[in-house]
Parts: sequence; C-alpha cells; structure tokens
Amino acid sequence: MKEHAVLEMKNIHKSFPGVRALQAVDFCLCEGEIHALMGENGAGKSTLIKVITGVYEKDEGEVYLAGHQGPVAIHSPQDAQRLGISTVYQEITLCPNLSVAENMFIGRGQGAGLNWKKMNADTDRILQSLDIPAKAAQQLGSCSLAVQQMIAIARAVDMECKVLILDEPTSSLDEQEVQKLFRLMRDLKQKGVGIIFVTHFLDQVYEVCDKITVLRDGKLVGEYAIKDLPRVQLVAKMLGKEMDDLSDIKGENGSSDASSAENVYEAEGLQSNAGIKPFNFHIRKGEVNGFTGLLGSGRSECVRAIFGADRVLRGKVKKNGKEVKIHKPIDAMKNGIAYLPEDRKRDGIIGDLSVRENIILALQNLKGFFKPFSKAQTYRFAEEYIRLLDIKTASADTPIKSLSGGNQQKVIVARWLLANPDYLILDEPTRGIDVGTKVDIQKLVLKLASEGKSVTFISSETDEMLRTCSRLVVMRDRQVVGELSGEDLTQNKIMSTIAGGEAKS
Amino acid sequence: MTNTSKKQFQISDLFRSQLMIPVIAILILTIFNLIIGPSFFNIRLDHNNLGNAVLSGNLITILDNGSELAILAIGMTLVTAASGGQDISVGATIAIAGSAILKILCGSDPHPETMQAPIIAAFFVGVIAAMLCGAFNGILVAYFRIQPMVATLILFTAGRSIAAWINNNELPIIKDAEFGYFGGFIPGIAVPTPFLIAVVCVAIIFLVMKFTNLGLYTQSVGINENAARLIGLNPVLIKFLTFVILGVCVAVCGLIKVSRISSINYSVIAKDIEMDAILAVALGGNALSGGKFNMAASILGAYVIQYLTTTLYRMKVPADALPAYKAVVVIVLVVLSAPTVREFFSKMGRKTRSSRREAA
Repeated sequence: MKEHAVLEMKNIHKSFPGVRALQAVDFCLCEGEIHALMGENGAGKSTLIKVITGVYEKDEGEVYLAGHQGPVAIHSPQDAQRLGISTVYQEITLCPNLSVAENMFIGRGQGAGLNWKKMNADTDRILQSLDIPAKAAQQLGSCSLAVQQMIAIARAVDMECKVLILDEPTSSLDEQEVQKLFRLMRDLKQKGVGIIFVTHFLDQVYEVCDKITVLRDGKLVGEYAIKDLPRVQLVAKMLGKEMDDLSDIKGENGSSDASSAENVYEAEGLQSNAGIKPFNFHIRKGEVNGFTGLLGSGRSECVRAIFGADRVLRGKVKKNGKEVKIHKPIDAMKNGIAYLPEDRKRDGIIGDLSVRENIILALQNLKGFFKPFSKAQTYRFAEEYIRLLDIKTASADTPIKSLSGGNQQKVIVARWLLANPDYLILDEPTRGIDVGTKVDIQKLVLKLASEGKSVTFISSETDEMLRTCSRLVVMRDRQVVGELSGEDLTQNKIMSTIAGGEAKS
Repeated sequence: MTNTSKKQFQISDLFRSQLMIPVIAILILTIFNLIIGPSFFNIRLDHNNLGNAVLSGNLITILDNGSELAILAIGMTLVTAASGGQDISVGATIAIAGSAILKILCGSDPHPETMQAPIIAAFFVGVIAAMLCGAFNGILVAYFRIQPMVATLILFTAGRSIAAWINNNELPIIKDAEFGYFGGFIPGIAVPTPFLIAVVCVAIIFLVMKFTNLGLYTQSVGINENAARLIGLNPVLIKFLTFVILGVCVAVCGLIKVSRISSINYSVIAKDIEMDAILAVALGGNALSGGKFNMAASILGAYVIQYLTTTLYRMKVPADALPAYKAVVVIVLVVLSAPTVREFFSKMGRKTRSSRREAA
C-alpha cells in the first residue's frame, strides 16, 4: 500500500449480465484528502461505490485498508461499516420523526440499557465539535435538509470512520447550505478522514477537492491532482474527447439560412418546478437547435418545461407569434408541439399495447375521446409508418415491449410524426440504440427541418449534436450559460462553455 | 388442407387468448353436469304465482342470478384496468343505492299502498347516489393517490350503515307488483328481467368501447401512467371516470336486488359480492394489477361463478359449505390461468400441431 493511503483498490472488475460495469479500475484514497469521483452516468461511479460499501461483490481485484494486513473482504454493508467505511447518500436515510440523538445512535447496538442522559450529552458534544447547529433532543424533521445531511455525516464520523463516501450530497441543498457542508468536509479532512465526493457539479469539485479520479465506460481514465486538470480537460476526459482531435467535425449542416425565418416558438423567463433557473429560448421555422450540457445540467428539464411535462411556474410563451398558455402536455400538443421523452421505458412506450395502438395514441388523443379512428384506419396509419421508418416488428399487433430498443424508439417517433406537429422536441432519441438507427434518426431530423418543421434535439453525444444542430444552448448547473452558433459550433467551444469558469470566449 | 390448418391455428390461438379460462370452465362444468345427469339442462315453461308464462330451469337460474355480477364485472374491469386496484365497497354501495331507490318510492310511509314516485325517478336518484359514492372513491384514488383497496375500505365499512340511515333503519316494503318486474319477470316476457338488463348493459358498454376511446385510454393509463400523461391524457380524470362508471353499474345492481324482494335487508343485500366481482375479473384472465383487459372475458367470468354456484347447489352442497367448495374450484381455475401454465398449454398445442403436420 502507498504511504498515507487509507483505501486502495486494485484491478477491480465487475460485470452484470450483458454489461461490463467496471474493468481493471484502480482507486486510491489518502488520509485527509477530498477525492472527487467523476464520470457521466453509466461510467461506473455508483458501481465502484457499491463495491466499496459491500452492496455489490466484485468479480476480481483487491481492496486494501490502512491498518489491515493484506486485502480485506467486504461482503455486506455491515462489513464495510465495521471496517470504518461510511456512506451518506443523496436521499437522507435517517428517521425524521426521531430525535437527533436517537438518529445518531440508532442501530448501533449499545445493549439493552440505554443511558438517555449520556446519549444526549454525547450527541451534543459531537454536534458541537463539528459545529452543527442542532440540539440532541430536537426532532430531526425540524432541522433543515442541510443540517439533516450534516447529522448523517456526523453519525458516520462518530462511528469512527476512516473513509467517508458522500454520494451526491449537495443536489438538494441551496448555495448557503452547500457552503456549510463544505466547511464540515474541510474540518473532517483536517481530522484525517479520507472523503470520496461524488457530484455532478463541476464548480463544487474545484472548490473543495484535492484529487479527481475520472471514469468512463467502466474504465479508469486517470487520477489527477486538481491543479493539474483544468475544467476543460476534465470535461474532455469525462466525454472521452481529446481537445486536439476535435476541431474537424463540423459537418453537413445545411440549414443555416433559417436565421431569417420567423420564430415558431418563443419563451421568456420560463421556469418549471423541476429546479431549473428561468430561461429564454426561441426556435425558428425549419431550424434544428439543441440543448447541451452534462447530464443533470437541466437540459431535459428545459424541454420538459416547454412541453408542460413538469409544472410550469412562470414565463411567457409565444407560438407562431401568438401568446399561448402551456401548462399540460395536451396544451402543447394542441399548439403543434411534440415531445419524445428521454426515458423511453418510463415515459415513452405503453408496453403491453401493440405497435399500432402506440403509434396512433397521440393523434387519437388530439382527435378526441368520442371520435375513435376505425380499426382499418389505424392499421393504415401503423403500416404506413412501419414502412416509412423501417420499423422491424412481426406485425402491427405485436406488443411494443417485445421490440428492440431502437425499434421502440422509432414507434415513438412515428407516434409524434403522425400527430403532425410543426415543432418537435427529441430528448435523447438515440440513446441506447444501434448505430444504424441512430443515423436514420439524425437523417430524419434533417429531413424534417428541410420540410419546414422545427426540431430541438438533445443528445449526450456531442458529435451528433454538431452534425444536426445549427444552434446550441449550453447549460451548466441547471441554468443556461451560453449559446453557440455558426463558427462557434466546435467541440472545443462547447466544452469550454460547459466547463465555464476559465472558459476563454 | 388449408382449411384444417387454419382451424388448428385458431385452437392454439384460443389457448393464448384470455377467453380460454372462462370458456374452458364453462365446458368443464357442462361436461360434469352432463355426467351427473342431463336433466340439469332441462328448461320448462311454467306459470309463476302471478300467472305469467315464464321459463324455468337451472340454466335460467344461472342467467338470472348471475346478472348482477356480470353488470358489476363491467365496472370492476374498468376500475382494475385504470387504477391497478379494486373497489371493495360495491356491496355496501349497492345497499346505499337500493336504499335510496326505496326511500324515493316509499316517501314518508315505509309501507305505502302505492308507490309515491315513478320508478324511473327513484332509479335516477339511486344512480346519483351510487355515482357520488364512486366519485368519492375515485377522488381518493385518482387525486389523493390512495391505494384503491384502502380508499374503498371506507365505504365498505360505512356503506351499510349509511344505507340503513337513509331509511331511518326501517324496512320499507313496496306492495306494487310492477316494482317486482326488475328482479323477476315482465308479464308477457318469459325471460328473467335481470338477464335482459344485463344484456342491455353489456350492449351499452360494447357500444361505448366501440364509439369512444374508453378502452384505449384506461389501458394506457393502467399500463404506463407517465407515458399516458405525456401523450396528453389526464390519468386523474380517467381513473376518476372509471369509478363513476362503476357507480352506475352499482346502481343498476341495486335496483335489481331491491326489486327481487321488493324490500331491503341492509346487512345481507349483495353481501360479499365485491369479492365475486373481483373474482370475475380475475377469471377473465385480466391482471388485477391493471393494464390490458378483455371485457367479454370478465362478463363470462361472472356467469362462470354463478354456474359453479348453481352446480354446487345441485350437488346438494349445503349453503354453509358452499364457499369452501367454490374456493377449491377457483384455485384450479386461477392456477390454470397463470401465464406459465398457459404458455405450457400453448406450447403443447404447437407441438401436437407440428407433429401432426410431420405425420401428414
């Protein structure tokens, strides 16, 4: 083991049926260090955390802990706790209806005889030493979320942990609460605790962390000291693009003459209850634009607000120059807006219904409850789009859930094309589908634009966005931070805008 | 050759179809009764105590007594499909609807010589009462997102007391023979009226399903509420509607039930009918967790339950022991309808077919 290391993992492998979640990952955490674990969703962060905490058993590899000879075996979360590894999750896992002291000591088996006085005194002492503004006898639910989060950490620390894992602890906290949490983290660092910090917020990483380990596609990209890795480089490493070989992509983007066309959709100060800052947005006739940013940056929330999928709090919306109110999906649909959701399984397909029924649903709903299409008509619609989009299905009556992911996605695309909107929002239409279908969908987007429809396109793959969009709205930490078009549409420019801070404009 | 192969295809189709379970159950019960003695199926033209020519016999009893259940199964199927849960208050709300109908017909005197209001007006009030009960359940389930069984537990518990309270806990009795038509026979028509009412209800629901999107929308909401919302449906409204529709079914059952005895017994009327209604939906092969449904299968399921009851009575099973016997048969049917077993049969069907083809 390295000197000062409290936790060292070597050559960790973990597979799930069909997925290699971790491949030969090394990780090293030193005493008194705050170590950020970064990567896009699916990069293997949570799998690695779960291996450390004993939720998953690793397939291969060794874990070493300071003070233990040879590799240690962690088969369950209890093992991890016994070895001094504590975890605080995104959602607070304490009991809000118990007192702070009870929460501190619950499940720590002090034997039958509880000494309430001592318990309360101990708790107050711990709270004081960590400068947490709470009282032992107070009910936990009456504390603010940040304080609850800190109490969870205090509980973990009091269990004499040497390794503290914080999994997205800041996502439900506001700016001030985050600062309080950071102060506590720095205190613990002084006391020699090694902290693993998982977050999506780049600013926070650069504020408190000492080191960064980047994972991508289940593989280790590298471990870097914070000062050696500028933000742009970090984003590049997370996305898997090197800065140098990115400038040449700019492709077959033909729809730049759209800048003169009138606005199809326009929003001013739009905000939903999904936690995004108010934003302005517009799209012209025949334009393809997109929202880009890291996962969790709020790009999906923006388009959901446009469609009325989340509760819209405020904002002025104009459709074809006329002011309209869009509060529910049906309002948006009646105004000619279509939305293909990000999570196909959860929000898109109606699994047990047939391909045919899934295709006609949107148009049918627009037509009205009392005006069902004839069965023959629905077959005509379904067969037309099965042919048009080349959907591979046994028949129009096959349940959609038995199709492959790419073909399910095509059915959902068909559903919205049939409804004939003039503005389509496609949120991650190409996620998890094969390359052939991806290209089909990109071509379709450009074809729709040439027919005068407007499309907003979101993809995690920047290449795809660059190939299809003529204008990109860049998001970071749930707000719009920039807009790129024309010459500025390059990987480098996007990354530096996403990274913010040190971006050169 | 083509003809036969087409026919075989249909048989194996039936194995996969939802209608298989109720159809097979009816076949088994029929064969069983034929073995015991075909006299079971005799239908006679008798005269009832009013002097009307009426049909009688076990089959007529089944069609007559199974009607309330069949009507309830319509609403219960929709509620199950949209909300993924069941309404267990239907027995109690039948008591409320029945009590309301009698209250209107009796006016202030619990034993009037003649009815104090037209039956249609009384029925209308019954429908309103049952729809309000349905709306109450619907709001709890759809808007407040309370589990259907918990939400409907309220009226399940309180319903019969409310029914008694509507008539000041008196036992109203209607002396007009005309009121008895709905649970008995209309002079000049030899078929029991409840069955005719059930046929009308079934016809209405099939027309509604054909000329509206009720079926498509309830299934969509039941299968994936998120996706349904994003194609512009209003899941809250649709779930609510299914409970109100069930309310209408409940009111029709209430009318038949009180008409049968021209009175009401608050604690006994439609007792345990909620469980039979849920069972009818399950026997129809519909998932009680909601989603796709087959209305015809549910309705057949309801008559299967009555067929079974009548068969057991014929076997001289005492009334007390009836539920135990019924349970045994239900277990067999439900296991038969389990997806794994069905898939097994359907595979067997395919195998015999292909081996036959090879032999040819």
